[in-house]
Amino acid sequence: MLELRSIDAGYGRFQALFGIDLDVKAGEAVGVIGPNGAGKTTLMRVISGLIRPTKGSISMQGTDVLTTPAHRIVSLGIAHVPENRRLFPRLSVEDNLRMGAFMPEARARYRERMDFVFDLFPRMKERRNQLAGTMSGGEQQMCAIGRALMSDPKLLLLDEPSAGLAPVVVQQVFELVKRIRAGGLTVLIVEQNVQQVLQVVDRAYLLEAGSIRASGASADLLADDSIRQAYLGV
Amino acid sequence: MMEIFDIYLLEALVNGILLGGVLALLALGLNLIFGVIDVTWICYAELVMIGMYGMYYLFSVYGLPYWVAAPICILLVAALGAALHFLVIEPLLGAPPINQLLATGGVLFVLQSFATVAFGIDFRNLGIRLPVLALGEMHFSYARLLAFVAALIGMVAVYLFMTRTYTGTAIRAIAQDRQIMALMGVDTKKIYLVTSALGGGLAGLAACLLVLQYDVHPFVGLSFGPITFLICVLGGLGNFVGGFVAAFLFAEIISLGGLFSDLEWGYVLAFAFFIVMMFIRPAGLLAKRS
Repeated sequence: MLELRSIDAGYGRFQALFGIDLDVKAGEAVGVIGPNGAGKTTLMRVISGLIRPTKGSISMQGTDVLTTPAHRIVSLGIAHVPENRRLFPRLSVEDNLRMGAFMPEARARYRERMDFVFDLFPRMKERRNQLAGTMSGGEQQMCAIGRALMSDPKLLLLDEPSAGLAPVVVQQVFELVKRIRAGGLTVLIVEQNVQQVLQVVDRAYLLEAGSIRASGASADLLADDSIRQAYLGV
Repeated sequence: MMEIFDIYLLEALVNGILLGGVLALLALGLNLIFGVIDVTWICYAELVMIGMYGMYYLFSVYGLPYWVAAPICILLVAALGAALHFLVIEPLLGAPPINQLLATGGVLFVLQSFATVAFGIDFRNLGIRLPVLALGEMHFSYARLLAFVAALIGMVAVYLFMTRTYTGTAIRAIAQDRQIMALMGVDTKKIYLVTSALGGGLAGLAACLLVLQYDVHPFVGLSFGPITFLICVLGGLGNFVGGFVAAFLFAEIISLGGLFSDLEWGYVLAFAFFIVMMFIRPAGLLAKRS
């Protein structure tokens, strides 16, 4: 479904990604793990068009992502839940969700998608008129995921969905990712919470200093000694 | 004696409210541009001036009825606003704010000079003399009443647009987080252009209303520009509600100040009030204390 080939990317003269090759197949849940500053967020931004790579190619179901204008990439079926949620804090929950359905294809199915999101997060229905910035961190994360789901994506990019949340809420977020997956959506998830993300995804890539150092099935990575030592503290 | 005084006071209060409506409309337009694009159109009142000339030519020269000329004028100034964004602001979006300010300041002088060359320095008016409404001892001009009602309708229309439509919601969202708009499928360039046209349209509406009360000449913008800018700063630049409140506050000070002395003293009082407020609440009337 999604193919990245030898991607180099960065900010100005600072290069953050070096020759990244990455594949996500339809129906899969794929994780990208790695330490702070490894380039995980940059990778997500490159896929959704927020920054453009300096080299390489990206295709989504055969369409060249790099020649697609940034604001049309969501129409290819890629929805990005950015790091730190990035809700519009002074818009209501409902207006935030409405923004997720901005593109013409999604507007036509606004009601239907809204029902779907409210079904998934009954909490959002209760709080639909509340300003998004006044909700708890966990609720904001749900709203951010809901906003991304409003576009009826084929591929959901989740950037550190557990960051800054209480352990109980982190658990809920991962449960939610499982449910979304079970609904048939393809997921690419970036996490520092290695232990938990490896229990949710089928495969994962280990990103360090802007390069992919390892990849494989979750179970294999969980059993790998070097990963256990570096990321799981055992 | 006391009774007469009270009637004059009431008349001045009501006239203040009527004046406040148009000032609030102008402030809304300027705040919209600033809140969304983060650029201050110093030349905003000059768009109003061009609109007033537009009304003069459509009505007095080409003989169109007022109700036909007004919508054409609004669309014309809206197009002018979009052109201003496309030609001047967009190339400077990444430039330092001072350069953007100087550029729109330059547009102010260009428009004034253009008007002087194209239309001459004569004072012109539509020649419409609307009657005066007499309520007991009090007198209110229909031109002002009409302006107030139309400004209010204009503001309600903008409110509905901003809260009920996808584009309006995007306009509110973009001011809160510019970078992620592309993730929502929003083309920020298009939203900026729509916002600029909307800001221009509001200037056009103000022009249609002000031309009923004031003569138009190339420097008429100076009568509204500075005060509109001060209202926006007092309300907190980009703060729609703050601008609305500040517009009526200013209008009352001008109107009541004019009651006790000359009209010019009303303006002096209003500007003095502004300076004092800048010391007390530098971030605007409704700004949260930090």
